Formats: sequence, C-alpha cells, structure tokens
Amino acid sequence: MRATHLGAGSARWVWLMPLCLIAALLIGASVGETRIPLATVLEVLASKLGVIDHPLSTLDEAIVWHYRLARAVVAACCGAGLAVSGVILQALLRNSLADPYLLGISAGASTGAVTVTVAGLGAGMISMSMGAFAGALAAFSFVALLAHLAGGGQGVRGAGILILAGIAGAQLFNALTAFIIAHSANAEQARGIMFWLLGNLSAVRWPDAWLAMPVAGASLAVALSQVRSLDAFAFGAESAASLGVNLRATKGLLIGTAALATAVMVAITGAIGFVGLVVPHACRLLVGVRHRRLVPATTLCGAVFMVLCDVVSRVVIPGQVLPIGVITALVGAPAFAYLMVRGRR
Amino acid sequence: MSEPAAPLLSARNVSFSASGQTLVDGVDLDVFAGETLGVIGPNGAGKSTLLRLLAGLLPPGIGEVRFEDAPLSRLSRRQIARCMALVAQQAETDERLTARDAVELGRTPWLGRLGSWRAEDTAAVDRALKAVEMGALADRPWASLSGGERQRVHIARAHAQQPQLMLLDEPTNHLDIHHQLAIVALIKALPITAVVALHDLSHALRCDRVLALLEGRVVALGTPLEVLTPALLRTLFGVEARLVDDPEGDTPLIAFNRRG
Ligand SMILES: Nc1ncnc2c1ncn2[C@@H]1O[C@H](COP(=O)(O)OP(=O)(O)OP(=O)(O)O)[C@@H](O)[C@H]1O
Ligand SMILES: [Mg+2]
Repeated sequence: MRATHLGAGSARWVWLMPLCLIAALLIGASVGETRIPLATVLEVLASKLGVIDHPLSTLDEAIVWHYRLARAVVAACCGAGLAVSGVILQALLRNSLADPYLLGISAGASTGAVTVTVAGLGAGMISMSMGAFAGALAAFSFVALLAHLAGGGQGVRGAGILILAGIAGAQLFNALTAFIIAHSANAEQARGIMFWLLGNLSAVRWPDAWLAMPVAGASLAVALSQVRSLDAFAFGAESAASLGVNLRATKGLLIGTAALATAVMVAITGAIGFVGLVVPHACRLLVGVRHRRLVPATTLCGAVFMVLCDVVSRVVIPGQVLPIGVITALVGAPAFAYLMVRGRR
Repeated sequence: MSEPAAPLLSARNVSFSASGQTLVDGVDLDVFAGETLGVIGPNGAGKSTLLRLLAGLLPPGIGEVRFEDAPLSRLSRRQIARCMALVAQQAETDERLTARDAVELGRTPWLGRLGSWRAEDTAAVDRALKAVEMGALADRPWASLSGGERQRVHIARAHAQQPQLMLLDEPTNHLDIHHQLAIVALIKALPITAVVALHDLSHALRCDRVLALLEGRVVALGTPLEVLTPALLRTLFGVEARLVDDPEGDTPLIAFNRRG
C-alpha cells in the first residue's frame, strides 16, 4: 500500500528534481576554497550566456566558469551516467547489488583507458574513452562468464556469485592496470595516472563536459526508450521474452549503453564507486520500482548526488581536496551493507 | 468441440536436446482454436520444455512450430507475444511490485516503446484482475501475496496480454480447491485456446483433449476418456488407477492404488 501511495504522489517530486539539479550546480560553482557569492555566480553566468555585458573580475570568471562550473557539470553528467548504468544492470541482472563499480566494469574501463594512454595511442579524451569502453565490455564479459560458469542463477545464491565474480574481475583488472603502469609508463605518466585512478575531478575542464554531456544524455535517452523492457525483466529474462522483449537486441543495447556511460565517465574522472548502487535504491523509495519514473528520477538524483559529493569533498577538510570516490564510498558502503542485510530475508 | 480444419498452432517433429540429452523427441501436435489441451506426464517428462518450445522461447533443434501457419522463427518476439501468453511454472521477483504492477506487464506487447498508457490498457488490467478475483488485492505488494495469490496474478497477467493462445504450466499449483476449480473454469470459459500442463488428472478430465508425454515423446493424444486409461496411467506414473462414474455428475472420477 505504502509503495503505491508514494508512487502515485511522485509526479510532484519529478518536477522538483530539475530545480534541485540547478540549485546543486549553483552551489557547486559558489562553494569552495574561496567562497564566491551566489550573486557573482549568477552574474558570471548571465554574462557568459550573453544576457548582460558589463565587465567582471577575470579571476571570479575564471574560477566560476572555467573551473567550478565545468567541474560541477562533469560531476552531474558522471553521476547521471553511473546511476543510469546502475539501474540498467540491476534490472537486467535482477540483482539489487549490481553496480558498474562492484561488477568490475569500472576497473576494466580504467585498464582500457590506461592501456591507451601508455601505449601512446593518444592521450585525448576520445581515444581514452574508446579504450575504456573496450575495457568495460571485456570486464563485463569476464564477470558474466565467470558467474555463469560458477552456476550463478537467480536467488540469493546467484546474487552472491555475481558479486563475487565482480570482485574477481575488479581485482584482475586492477592488477592488470598496475602491471601496465609499472611496465610501460614513465614516472610522470605514472604519477598522473595514479592521481586519476583514485577518482578525481580536479583536472576537469569544459572539453570534458562537452564529451560527458552527450554521453549522459544519450544513455538517459536509451534507458527511457527501454523503460517497458526494463520493467518486463521483473520476473526474469524468460518472462520478458514471453512479454515480447527481444532479449538479444535489448540486452545488447542496454549493456552496451551502461558500459559506454561507465567507460566515458571513468575516462574523464577515474573510477568512482557506489553511485550506481545508492542512487537507484534511494529513488525506488521515492518513486517506486516502475522504470518510467525510476529512470528519470535516478538520472537527476545521480547528478545532484555527485555534484553535492564533489562540494563536500572540497570543503570537508579545509585546505585539502579529498578524492570524490572517498565521499561516495563513505555514503555508499553503509548503503551496500544495509541492502545486504535486508536482502537476507 | 467441432474442430476447424486449420490448426491455430502446430508442431512438426519438434525435438530439443540439452547437455546431450533429448528432452523433447519428435513431437507432432495440432492445437485447434477454442480447445483446451491438457498435457500430462510424470516429473521430468518434458512438459515445461514442450511449452517453452511452443511459446518460441526455446528454438527447437529439429522441427518447426507454426502459429496460424507462420513459422515462429519468422515472427518477432512482439508479434508472438500478441498471439500467445505463457504462465511459467515458477516466476518470482524481488522487486517491490504490486499485484496490479505485475498484471500491467501483460500490456507490454501492446504498448508502443514511447506510447502512453491508454484507457483500454487500464480496462484490460481491471478485467484480468477481476477474472481471477484479485481486484481487492490489486494494491498489495508482491512479497505480501500468498503462493496461490501470486499464481492468480500471473494468470491475470497472461489474461491482460489478450492472447489467442495461453500456455499454462501447472496453473493450479498452489491454489486451494475453490480457486483450482475457478481457474480451470475460467480457462475453459475464456474465448481462447489453452495448452495446460497439469498434474491433477481430475482437471485433465475436464480438458477437451489430453496429450500424454513420457521421456519427451507423445505416448497418447485424444479425448480424456481415450487417453486416461488404466494401462496408460500405469505406463506414465506406475500407479493402478481406474475411472469410475460419478453418480451425481457427468465427469468420471479417478480412483488410485499404488502399485504394490
Ligand atoms: N537446460 C537443461 N539442461 C539439461 N537438462 C534439462 C534442462 N532443462 C531441463 N532439463 C531436464 O529435462 C527434463 C524435462 O524437464 P521439464 O522441466 O520439461 O519437465 P516437466 O515435465 O515440466 O517436469 P515437472 O512435472 O517436474 O514440472 C528434466 O529431466 C530436466 O531435468
Ligand atoms: Mg514442469
């Protein structure tokens, strides 16, 4: 009864969420080592969008526009992309613990991105993203195959086997990454890569946002086009097929989308954990389990969550910026524990 | 039951193997519009596998299944889902769906990818819930439903799919006797064709025709009285059974003895 009630009342929530996102972006642009008043932030925005044109402090403009806003936008895209990937994986694998990070997909993406960088195939974001995509698909295939060979099916045991396979995959790909760095990277490359691996938004600028935005938008669009199929997986793949879902095409499209979103976000920011786990579950409590509502809610909440985590990572220890992955893990690990305990039944 | 010439669904020499074992072996079968066909056989006889083959969920290794003379392999999943619905033997979920949510899934093949939910979809869902007497429990979460209530929701989901053919795998499992009889009556009353895997032979007696399956092969196909002979029941189940006339009804009763 309760779930339906919340679900029915959710239409209002959905309209609030874009406002929350705008508010979060403004906070992201205003809060930091030097606090910039919201009025200045708005002035910079207005002048950048050509609404007003009177001269601004170039320092304010540089901090707000080139540094903080770019960073907030990338954080939002990254949160949206990872959260949508989480929803997709949870529905297709029927596993409430499925998440790109826990399933080793992020680790595979890191390996791919590092390989491309070290091999000198171009340090550009596009080539790194393509390497990351290949790595993400390789990691997913490895984990899925391992879970299958280990006899993982439905139910509590199957869910556990999948997560174990994810751990094995993550360890394997992280070791590969470390090996590639030790073997092939020069000292300067190695330092840069280690910094990036921890999940870091410090180096992010607008060109990253121009890549992150279309990818986040496209993954949202794909997920929205498949909300009925995602729902149809509730009783398993066979049931989805008997409801008219073309399993091969749908799974290929959705897993490809999740892998691409994860890969591009990892290429830009490094592997950031738990977003794809925490956000969809929180949204299920707010808007229910039907994907028509869950997908847009998760996208927006993921974006807001990540922007706020980034803000916290910048202010929690004065004078020091924590890797954002630390903050998401501090929120995510307890949530993971809660889901595990609740899943016991 | 007058049988029209062209079958709704036909299987020709359908075989299926997995792990080197032949699970369904050369099944020839015509299902005619409007009839209720019962499928009986011991555990592991291949009933569920045969239903999956008929539903196009498994591709037969040999042979072919046709719906209205179109090979299933040439139809899209969506086209098939508009023609037939499957109620599987075990289908569970951890999602916090309500009974109504689960029934609404039955509308999937009729909805456009982005197309919105229409009044006729709600009407179909309401009708389906009512048909299985689950209207009052429509807003209950899945986890709170009893086994029999879940089974009825699955049947309602198939009903909301508005198929011409319903494939049901032991639909009366978990149901109390009232709802067993109600579901069998509902299946017979619906203007659809049904293929029903059954364990309860008294329900098989109420079908129009019965197919007996043993080790993946058809051992008998005909009217219930032709098929449910003491000799066949001995072959299938290793029990002594005979039909006795019910002094107060039309359908005979089955009396069992374990083979001693
Ligand atoms: N993928 C598979 N690989 C190997 N054997 C299988 C597979 N699927 C089913 N089987 C076996 O095929 C046989 C037929 O299975 P099926 O589920 O069709 O039987 P059934 O007649 O529905 O039995 P029940 O009355 O218990 O439901 C069983 O022996 C089963 O163990
Ligand atoms: Mg069976």
